[in-house]
Amino acid sequence: MRFDEESEVTLRVNGEDHVIHLESRMTLLDALRDRLGLTGTKKGCDGGECGACTVHVGGRRVLACMTLAVSLADADIATIEGMAVDGGLGPIQRAFLDNDAFQCGYCTPGQVMSAAALIAEGHAGSAREIREWMSGNICRCAAYPQIVAAVAEAAGALGRTVNVTEPAP
Amino acid sequence: MKAFAYAKAPDLAAALAAIEDPGTSVIAGGTEMVNWLKEGIATPERLVDINGLPLDGIDARPEGLRLGALARMSDAAPVVAAEYPVLAESLLCAASPQLRNMASLGGNLLQRTRCPYFRAEVLLPCNKRAPGSGCAARHGETRTQAIFGWSDACVATHPSDFAVALAALDATVIIVGPRGERTVPVTGFYRLPGDDPTVETVLAPDELVTAIDVPAGPHTRASHYLKVRERASYEFAMVAVAAALAHDGGVVTDARLALGGVAARPWRLDRTEAALRGVSLDDTEALRAAVAASFAEARPLAGNAFKVKLAQRATLRALTTAGSRGMVAS
Repeated sequence: MRFDEESEVTLRVNGEDHVIHLESRMTLLDALRDRLGLTGTKKGCDGGECGACTVHVGGRRVLACMTLAVSLADADIATIEGMAVDGGLGPIQRAFLDNDAFQCGYCTPGQVMSAAALIAEGHAGSAREIREWMSGNICRCAAYPQIVAAVAEAAGALGRTVNVTEPAP
Repeated sequence: MKAFAYAKAPDLAAALAAIEDPGTSVIAGGTEMVNWLKEGIATPERLVDINGLPLDGIDARPEGLRLGALARMSDAAPVVAAEYPVLAESLLCAASPQLRNMASLGGNLLQRTRCPYFRAEVLLPCNKRAPGSGCAARHGETRTQAIFGWSDACVATHPSDFAVALAALDATVIIVGPRGERTVPVTGFYRLPGDDPTVETVLAPDELVTAIDVPAGPHTRASHYLKVRERASYEFAMVAVAAALAHDGGVVTDARLALGGVAARPWRLDRTEAALRGVSLDDTEALRAAVAASFAEARPLAGNAFKVKLAQRATLRALTTAGSRGMVAS
């Protein structure tokens, strides 16, 4: 077992391999933004609290700011840049736009990545469930009602049943 | 963040050999370690990544659960939900979906306090951060601090929800190190601060947590984790209660209770557990009196006397909810 302060790592992002030389201390978030130019993933708190940096690793939503890039050799990484369909908006992005589910938009890439995972996990069954399972994504503009509506609409468009008539808790 | 050298451990022996050197720290899910690295709370020369080790099993057996230290919170919760609701609830009301996908069960136990003085970006007096520097929280903002077991050196609480549920279920931590394997009850895993709050658990620097064992029993189904916090989700506990009961026609035959958010370790309510035997779950006054028996020794700080009352009310509610589940005679 050899310890290295720097190494060459292949990061597979949105299906494309990138070979980069990086320091062991570099987070996935910094590697995506500063080394690969994929600035769609946002740096909010950089401390695991806000969810702006949410990406998928191996199909699961995780926080890029809390992940060391060096640990992800051979992992499948998906970012907001990979959510486009045929060069246009994917159904979740379209639902966010149609529902005014943002104001400043800074948290939106993380919200969309979290929503995509939430729908795939089967946690879009009701507005209440969506609120709970989106709670790791903070929106400083407080567009929460619209975000819940967008996630519910996207889940419906993706063939999931959502009970939107359920009252707020 | 200070630079460090990184390696992935190919097997347990390599990981254990690496941590014999005190300059080497372990990383698993990373949700705590990466923060410590960024904040300068941990400044290792080397980081050994143990995620490749085969310690992520979640085995439900008739005699109980064996939870691998590297199992993720989000993977463990659904497996234990039916037979051990208190465990599933403690996992699912912690952190966020993203963090639960990352965080390991072993790492969850080894979280460090969320005391704002300990986590401060600008170094403040904190005997955990800088031994001998004092405790700024002792006469500072004490709202979230301990009401049991604190010392003048440290008044911090432990943040894990899962550890509280495990403590109530008499779970044990499996530890391996150069001296072999040993088993420690979760209730004995954490140290109270005393004069040296830097040593928080009985885990030696050259040891690893490999698994957690949870014994089965008639009480595990009639169980509940109640977390009281200042936001509806994604927040640490102000006060939390893990309750597990066995009862015969509504009369308590066995009760296990642990509190979170009140001490540097999960706080078992031994006196209440003893006082509850033979009490009917319908007798609210008797339940309330039994709960109060554990709070005579509470020592609230200037800003958290409300926790003494809050914890008793939460305990009563958790008991009632647990009692309504899995009507199993012992």
